[in-house]
Amino acid sequence: MSTGYDEATEGKVYSVTGADWDEVVSGVRDSEDERLVINMGPQHPSTHGVLRLVLTLDGETVTEARSVIGYLHTGIEKNLEFRTWTQGTTFVTRMDYLSPIFNETAYCLGVEKLLGIEDRIPDRAQAIRVMMMELNRISSHLVAMGTFGMELGATTPFLFGYRDRELIMDLFEYITGLRMNHAYVRPGGVSVDLPAGAVDKIGEFLKIMPQRIKDIRKLLDENPVYLRRTKDVGYLDLTGCMALGITGPILRSAGLPWDLRKSQPYCGYETYEFEVATERGCDVFSRYLVRMREMEESLKIVEQALDRIAGPLKGDPVMIEDKKIGWPAQLALGPDGFGNSPDHIAHIMGSSMEALIHHFKLVTEGFRVPAGQAYASIESPKGELGAHVVSDGGTRPYRVHFREPSFCNLQGFPAMAEGGQVADVIAAVASIDPVMGGVDR
Amino acid sequence: MTSPDNLPEVPTNAEVPEVPAVPEPPVARRGMFGTTDTGDTSGYGGLVVRRAPQLATPRPYGGYFDELVDTLAMDDAIDRVVVDRGELTLHVKRERLVEVCQKLRDEPALRFELSLGVSGVHYPHLKGEELHAVIHLCSITHNRRVRVEASAPDEDPHIPSTVGVYPGHDWHERETWDFFGIIFDGHPGLTRIMMPDDWDGHPQRKDYPLGGIPVEYRGATIPAPDQRRSYA
Repeated sequence: MSTGYDEATEGKVYSVTGADWDEVVSGVRDSEDERLVINMGPQHPSTHGVLRLVLTLDGETVTEARSVIGYLHTGIEKNLEFRTWTQGTTFVTRMDYLSPIFNETAYCLGVEKLLGIEDRIPDRAQAIRVMMMELNRISSHLVAMGTFGMELGATTPFLFGYRDRELIMDLFEYITGLRMNHAYVRPGGVSVDLPAGAVDKIGEFLKIMPQRIKDIRKLLDENPVYLRRTKDVGYLDLTGCMALGITGPILRSAGLPWDLRKSQPYCGYETYEFEVATERGCDVFSRYLVRMREMEESLKIVEQALDRIAGPLKGDPVMIEDKKIGWPAQLALGPDGFGNSPDHIAHIMGSSMEALIHHFKLVTEGFRVPAGQAYASIESPKGELGAHVVSDGGTRPYRVHFREPSFCNLQGFPAMAEGGQVADVIAAVASIDPVMGGVDR
Repeated sequence: MTSPDNLPEVPTNAEVPEVPAVPEPPVARRGMFGTTDTGDTSGYGGLVVRRAPQLATPRPYGGYFDELVDTLAMDDAIDRVVVDRGELTLHVKRERLVEVCQKLRDEPALRFELSLGVSGVHYPHLKGEELHAVIHLCSITHNRRVRVEASAPDEDPHIPSTVGVYPGHDWHERETWDFFGIIFDGHPGLTRIMMPDDWDGHPQRKDYPLGGIPVEYRGATIPAPDQRRSYA
């Protein structure tokens, strides 16, 4: 260990890498003090990003648990203040990198609220947003379940989860051009309409996916090893959730059917049929069940949204019809990837001076947003994702703050882990499903 | 073409109703030209750009907002009430913040049991209330939302901590301290959370530079993001 430490105040310090515990065991054997402080991380203890856990152990029991965050802080909120409102989407999408569509949507809903254009967003754009969000919810939960299995020592759920997530990544790549960090949802709508063939591809996915979810359920629902590791572990009841501001699957695993898609609908969620999954166990296994049921419900929503996109909303615009706000260019796939469509370039260069001016103004300086503040929140896979957006009337955000569910939920980790076994710490952290990119922003 | 017969009739000697003078908000920027940085003068929206006025909504507020403010019944603790874009904001005197939060949480007709955390905003131009701590509350019982805002001057950046009412504010207040330098009195352990422990300054304040380096591409230099022209 190269960093300095003071053994007089901190006691004897051991550095353990890998499975090299012999030195610690022999050192502790003769020690008077039975208390052992363990530093987990700051490398990823659980494949969720760079998180450091400080555990005080008494034997195998965790008496004190603290999480130390900030290792992945990238100043996204500060950076937003130096870009236009539209450019902001490319930053926020990188926060919680497992649910980029949600980050973009929360941000865009905030901006749209400030602009006062919520009612003018085309229905097709809203349906595409809903469909993409629900696909994203499935992929996020698949990673949550997959890495969870691996953290408990089983690689099969991981392979299952990532194999199935790949289907969604392929869809995203086909629709937005990127597997992650899409910047697909924009203030006023979405950046580009679904490409030809996307509806069929999603239709195929909807045929495959239910069986894949069943496979995971078959593997884990009644697996005795899995049950022993997850049942009555990482207990956090409703009172704890409320006090700590914990939302999402953790809250629903405590029995409260609180889901913003139902209680405070946005993007037209009130018109979709689905159920809110709840469990009563308050433990890691309940959270697993909630996530599995949410994936099944999400499939239902995707199906309904797809019916609308392919049916009544076919051919409708996907960006607000406001020349001062709506991003002017539709993207088209050229030989070198996505770019401005040749039609659009012909339009602005050949036939419409107005369109050229709007394009130039929107791209160089962006649109102005009336001064004020707004808070928009959506139900992300991890819980309530809120965007507090402040404008001073200019073309750049004055301040954007994200209420990141991972950040808030991770605060509940000590409450779940303290008093339990050290082996259950990983299960507790994994059941929170924190993504450090979102926690630290 | 303007001819006398298509203009509205103006009665002579008509009494002009007195219009109360609206205090004009301070000027944020004046002039169109004279940029010194890039020579790019496009995009200026006008000769005089004024700061947005500070809103204070008179009653009735509409919706459940009237009922909420009545039930809270702490008008002496509230500086002003703002209803904007369908959201209710209570600007609370900082010394009464904990009291207000406590009542918002515990009063059965209010029951804002879920807090969505503390966010900070730095308004360097608002003298005497530069630093704002913004708390978003949600009532699951009544399915309502409210925003509580408390402010502190730069010289005395103290706001009482609300961790006692909403334990989940622990990390949020640490974050707001870290980024804005608002000291939450009574917080159990107000330390930095995102930045390293020995960091100087509070990065999200407006007087803290973003940093960055100019990008050079084929002989042209594009300035760092915080040096680029803002069109606002």
